[in-house]
Order: sequence, then C-alpha cells, then structure tokens
Amino acid sequence: MDILANLSLGFGIALSPYTLMLAVIGCFIGTIVGALPGLGPSNGVAIMIPLTFSLGLDAVAALVLLTSIYYGAMYGGRISSILLNIPGDEPALMTTLDGYPMAKAGRAGDALVISGFASFIGAFLATIGLMVLAPLLSRVAYQFGPAEYFALYLLAFSTLGGISSNNQAKAALASCIGLMIAMIGLDPNSGLPRMTGGNLHLYDGVDFLVAIVGLFAVSEIFFFIESHGKSSAVGIKVDKVTVPWAEIWSTRWTMLRSSALGFFAGVLPGAGASLGSFMTYMMEKSIAGEKGGFGTGVAKGVAAPEAGNNAAAGGALVPMLTLGVPGSGTTAVLLAVLVTLNITPGPMLFTERPEVVWGLIASLLIANFVLLAMNVPMVKIFVKILSVPPALLLPGVTMVSFVGIYSLTGSYFDLLLVVAFGVLGYVLRKLDIPTVPVILGILLGHQMEKQLRDAMVLSDGEWQYLFSSGISTGLIIASILGFLAPIFLRRILTKPQAVSD
Amino acid sequence: MKKTLLGAIATSALFAFSGTAAYATECIAPANPGGGWDFTCRQISKILFDIGEVDAPVQVTNMAGAGGGLAFSTVVNERSDDNDLIIAASSATTTRLAQNAYGGATADQVRFVGAIAADPGVIVVAADSPYETLNDLVDAIKADPGSVAFAGGSAVGGFDHLKPLQVLKAAGFDEITAVKYIGVDGGADAITQTVGGFTQAMTGDMSEIVGFLDAGEIRILATLTEERVPGFDIPTAIEQGIDVVAVNWRGLYVPKDISDEEFEAWGAKLQAVADSAEWQQVMADNGLAPFTKVGGDFQSWVDDVVAQTEELSREIGVIQ
Repeated sequence: MDILANLSLGFGIALSPYTLMLAVIGCFIGTIVGALPGLGPSNGVAIMIPLTFSLGLDAVAALVLLTSIYYGAMYGGRISSILLNIPGDEPALMTTLDGYPMAKAGRAGDALVISGFASFIGAFLATIGLMVLAPLLSRVAYQFGPAEYFALYLLAFSTLGGISSNNQAKAALASCIGLMIAMIGLDPNSGLPRMTGGNLHLYDGVDFLVAIVGLFAVSEIFFFIESHGKSSAVGIKVDKVTVPWAEIWSTRWTMLRSSALGFFAGVLPGAGASLGSFMTYMMEKSIAGEKGGFGTGVAKGVAAPEAGNNAAAGGALVPMLTLGVPGSGTTAVLLAVLVTLNITPGPMLFTERPEVVWGLIASLLIANFVLLAMNVPMVKIFVKILSVPPALLLPGVTMVSFVGIYSLTGSYFDLLLVVAFGVLGYVLRKLDIPTVPVILGILLGHQMEKQLRDAMVLSDGEWQYLFSSGISTGLIIASILGFLAPIFLRRILTKPQAVSD
Repeated sequence: MKKTLLGAIATSALFAFSGTAAYATECIAPANPGGGWDFTCRQISKILFDIGEVDAPVQVTNMAGAGGGLAFSTVVNERSDDNDLIIAASSATTTRLAQNAYGGATADQVRFVGAIAADPGVIVVAADSPYETLNDLVDAIKADPGSVAFAGGSAVGGFDHLKPLQVLKAAGFDEITAVKYIGVDGGADAITQTVGGFTQAMTGDMSEIVGFLDAGEIRILATLTEERVPGFDIPTAIEQGIDVVAVNWRGLYVPKDISDEEFEAWGAKLQAVADSAEWQQVMADNGLAPFTKVGGDFQSWVDDVVAQTEELSREIGVIQ
C-alpha cells in the first residue's frame, strides 16, 4: 500500500519526542486561543509565526506546531460557545444553539464531552480523507465557477429562516440586517467604496470577529450590568465530567454525515469551516424533524456542527496543499508559512516534497489524539479557566476579545465598532430577535453577492448562466425546495400537534 | 484558575504592545500575514539585521485595512516624521494611489525609498486552450471582445486587471471597457477558474503560477518583462511585438518628513540588502526577478508609473 508506506515515512519524521512536545504545546495553546472569544484559529497561528522563526524550527517542526494550534483552536472554540453562549470563533457559532441550552440544563459536562468526541471524529475522518482523496479532490475546485458558488451560498441562505425555531420572521429580519452590513465596503465589481461614509476603516467591510465579539460578548456585559450581575447567564458549573457513551453512540450517524458534508465544504475554496458547521447543523435539524428538538439542547445539535467544522478544517487543507488556494483564513496564514519555508504548494507538492506532506498528515493525526485526550478527560482544566466568578470573567473575556480585535488591524476604530455591535446585540436580544442570523448574513452575504456579479460579468448578464451546469442547477433546485418545503409541510406536520394541544 | 486567565491576558497584552519599546526599527506590512507585503517586510527586516545594517531585530507590524490605505493614512497623519519606520510597498500601492483609493491620499505624501525585486507579470491560459501565442489571444479579443474573460487576483481596476488592458492597448485595441475581468482571491484561485474553463485567461504574477506550470496544467503566453525571466523558456510580450512591461515590484516607502540624510541612509541600507547573498537566495526561492532601483531614481520612476496608471484607470472608468 502506497498510503501506508507514505504514512510510515510521515510518522518517521513527525514522531520524535521534540515534535511530540511541540504538538502538545500547540494543542494546549490552540485550545485556549480557540476558547477565548475574539481570538480565532487564524490569530492563533499568525501570533505564533514569529515564534517558529525565532526558535529556528525546521519545516516539519514548524508545521507540527502551527497545525496543532490550528486544530486546537477548532476544538477550543466550542468551550466558550457551550459555557458562555459566546462563540470562541466563527465556526463555533452554531454550537451555541444547542450547547448553551444543554449547559443551562446542567449538562455542560455532557455537552463538552459529546462535542469533543464529535470534533475528534470530524477531524480524524477529514485527515483520512485528506490522505486518501486529496489528489482526487483537487479536481473538485475546477468544477466550481461563480455560478456554482452562488448556488451553494443560495442553498445556505434558503435554510436560514429555519434557524430559530420560534419565530421565522424575526430570523429573516436578523439575516437581512446581516446582509445590509455585508454590503459595506468596496463594491466587488467596480472597486468603488459603498456605504463607507468615506471612512477608510470601512473599505474592507466589517469583520465577522468584530460582529461576533460585539453581538455576543459585549451585549452579554450590558445584560450583566442591567441585572446587577444577579441573573447572569454566565458562570455555569461543571461538577463532574463523565462520558455519556450511550448518547455519543446515538449520534454516530450524525457525526459521520456531518464529517462528510463538513469535509466537502472545507475542500471548496472560500466556503470554509463556518459554512461547513452551518450546513451540517441545518442538515441534521431537517433530518431530525420537529421531534428532534434542535435548539433546545440535544446531543445531536452539538455533535453536528462540531464534527462539521473540524472536518472542514481538515478539508480546507486539500486545496491549500494541492492547488495553493487557501480554503479559509487560517489556511491562508499556513500557506504563507509554507512559502516562507520555501515550500511551494501546488499540484506537484505531493510528489516533489512527500516528506513535508506526509509529515504534516502524520502530525495532524498526532495532534488529533492529543486533543482528544485534552478535551475529554482533561476538559475540566479549560472549564476552570472559564469558571471564575462572572464579575471577573466577563470583563476579562471582553478585554481579551478587545486585544484580539485590536490585533486584527491595529486600529481603534474596530473597537468602537465592537461597542456599537454590542448595543445592537443588546437591542436585538431585548426584542427577542436571534443574533446568529446576523452573523451568517455578514459571513455569507458578501461572497454570495460577489459570485452572482462575477457570473453576470462572465455571461453578459444572462441569468440562464446560473443554470449552465448540473452542479449549479442541482444546488439551486435544492435551495428552492429547502426554502418552500417547510412552508407547505408545516401545515401537514403541525396540524395533528395542534389538535393534541 | 484566575492566574491562568490573567496569564492569558498578560500574554495577549504582551503580543499587542511589545512593538513600542523593545525594537529600534519598525516595518509595517499594510496587510494580514501571508501576502506579498508581509513577505517583503519579513524578508527585508530579517536580512537588515543579519547583515548588520540595523543593531536590533526589526519589528514587523501587520496593519491590514483598505488595501494598504489604513497604513498609508496612519503614516501620513500620525507618524510622518518617524525615521525608524519603513513600510512595505508594491505595484498595488502605486495603483491604488493613482486611483485615489486611499481616501484622497496622494503619492507625494510619502517618500519611496526603492524596489529590490520584481515579480514578473504573466498572461496565462489553460494547457488545452486554443490560444498558442499572445497574439492569438489578442486577435480573438479584437474579433469578439466578449469571447475572452480574464481572472486575476486583484479587484477590478487593480494591477492584475490593468496588465491585459495595457497589452491590448499596445496591440492597438481601444475598446478596453469591453474586456471581461473578474477579481478572485489570489492568483491560485484565478488559475483554478481558468483551468476549470470559467474564464479563458489568467493575469497575475510569475510567483503565483510556477507550481501549476510544473504540473502541466497551464501555458504561459507571455511574461511582461524586458528580457526573458532567467530559468524559464517563455517569450516576452516585447518579443511578440507588444511593447509592454508590467512587473509587480517589491520595495519600501518611508514617512515624508524625515531628513534627506535619513532618506539617503535608508536607500543605502536597501541597496545593501539587494546586494546581499541572502537576498539573492530569497529571490531565487520565490520566483522573483532582480529589479533594483533606489533613492531619487526610484522616486521619479514611481511618479511616471502613477501618472500612467491614472490615465489608464480614467479610460476604464475606475476613476472620473
């Protein structure tokens, strides 16, 4: 077997006490960086780059450290989603929907263990997928042009309405607010500024991290102040962490399906982990149906997005290694590191530099097992970091978030924006309008608009171009069905329930 | 447990504020880690220290925003007499300045120290494309401007967009507004769109395409350089009768209000980097071609480039 021979080559390089130590350190730092709101995987990796150079690490050692941080941050994001209802990073956004209700119901430990396990399955399968399918999957990117990408984002949007279970109109309103914010910045097809008020700081649009920290962390502070700290949501206790084997087993198909879908979302350049976790959550929600109880704190609701976003993290490495096209912000940073280490990613990398590729894959597998150990038996360590009294924790988290945001651009303007988003989040939550669709609107809206307009440029404005391939037609039909089906099916589904009420 | 949180805060604070005290010189990369400007800053900074041109390691700061405009306005408004500050620049800097994309800032608000390498511009098609030479492509566009769409790594009006337009103008084609262009996330993405058949040609930099060339997926129709790029058997546009040179230079600018002596000193330091064996190695490893212009020479060259870009941009309607 080729793969086994290559893998043993990889382990031969990656499995030394020194690199193992780097993997453990990287996983630990990564998990903390991921858990802190405002600091995501891309910040974590970017912060550590100078360190790898000043330590004089060679290519493999540097990659082991940085990918451990990457995977660690993907694991860590869920911790604050579940315990604080503040996503630690963008991909962990969907985990708040069921993770936090679980934690409120006193099952924080279960939620952390199940999601940790799901993260492991997702990341593990994605690494296997990277190993087996990478040369094959690099061709997939060639099948996706503007029309296909547009259809993909359309599919994501058509299911947005279903995200909040109690009031679809409010969810739709929230996603429109997000879309409006996504319009700010340079117009993608003319390069001219739009709704920036002439302010240079707005030329690049609004960063999702700014919106997340504002809408979640800062608005939480406002609630905390309003209630004089009495009824704060924060400060959930985790007494005993046991492994709910039966529940993990009950989510086995959810984990497998989500891993596959998440991996695929990661492979597509530009789609990335956030879209992966979003689509897996919506898929599992519709498979489970009304009775699945998604949004009320069910095991599948935390397993799906975590398996999805970790699988997407692995998937994003496929186009980065085989095409040199980063599938996410973090892989863009990793790509830069590779280039600085004189490794040119591209179609020839697998044959020209096998020691780098297989060393990387072996180190991903190692990191994954280290992270499973850290995030299941030792999860209490991370919980303790977040379980200081709310009066200390909330300002602390906000301060760290602010530092993280400041490190994005090094300008105070983003900090003002964070506070403005905090006020927006406070108002929205008072009106019982969900904030998650706002973020998704910002996250997906910009790309969706750009792809549509690129498609129109290529086709001279012929809308039929959007149906020019099987992939795009299929995705558009799926999104129309996904949008309409709940409206008609609800009548049939809810009637018997109404009677029994 | 509190200690851990405080530790995390302290560490983050350290990362954020370490720039001010511990370092003598700062290099601002006006983009996130990973791009060309970041590369310029990190490599030049490292070599400056390694060859002893500066006493302490140079601190690299990433100041992303507005395509470099944020860093530009910070330098102009807040640090215009800081003589320990260098900022990474490239063709994108001058293109945006020419197009007034930095919110009213102009090229004369800073001083351009020099360029020490260039990434040659290229026009690329998929390996199975019917276009064998640059003139095949130009003729096809002349016959039907809508038949060829370009993909490039910069936004509409950016340097990658201007390259094919310069080629077409030099070949006598004037309806340049009819040429289709989409801007995607970087050169590699532009190539996947072209190999996938969504666009017919790709415009970008040499360094972005080397990996694909080895894999046999693409064909380079022309490099936009004065002479053939060493190590590659690819004809230039000039050889094919189209007189266009478009290279993405890598260099530095400094604040305007530093003294002439300090400006000359930076020029000398940059020249020392350009002459170093370390820099030759960096260029060879990253597909960069030698391109050294320093000091007053460079400043006047930049002024010419800005004027040309402004004219072309006006024609395609990016500026009024």
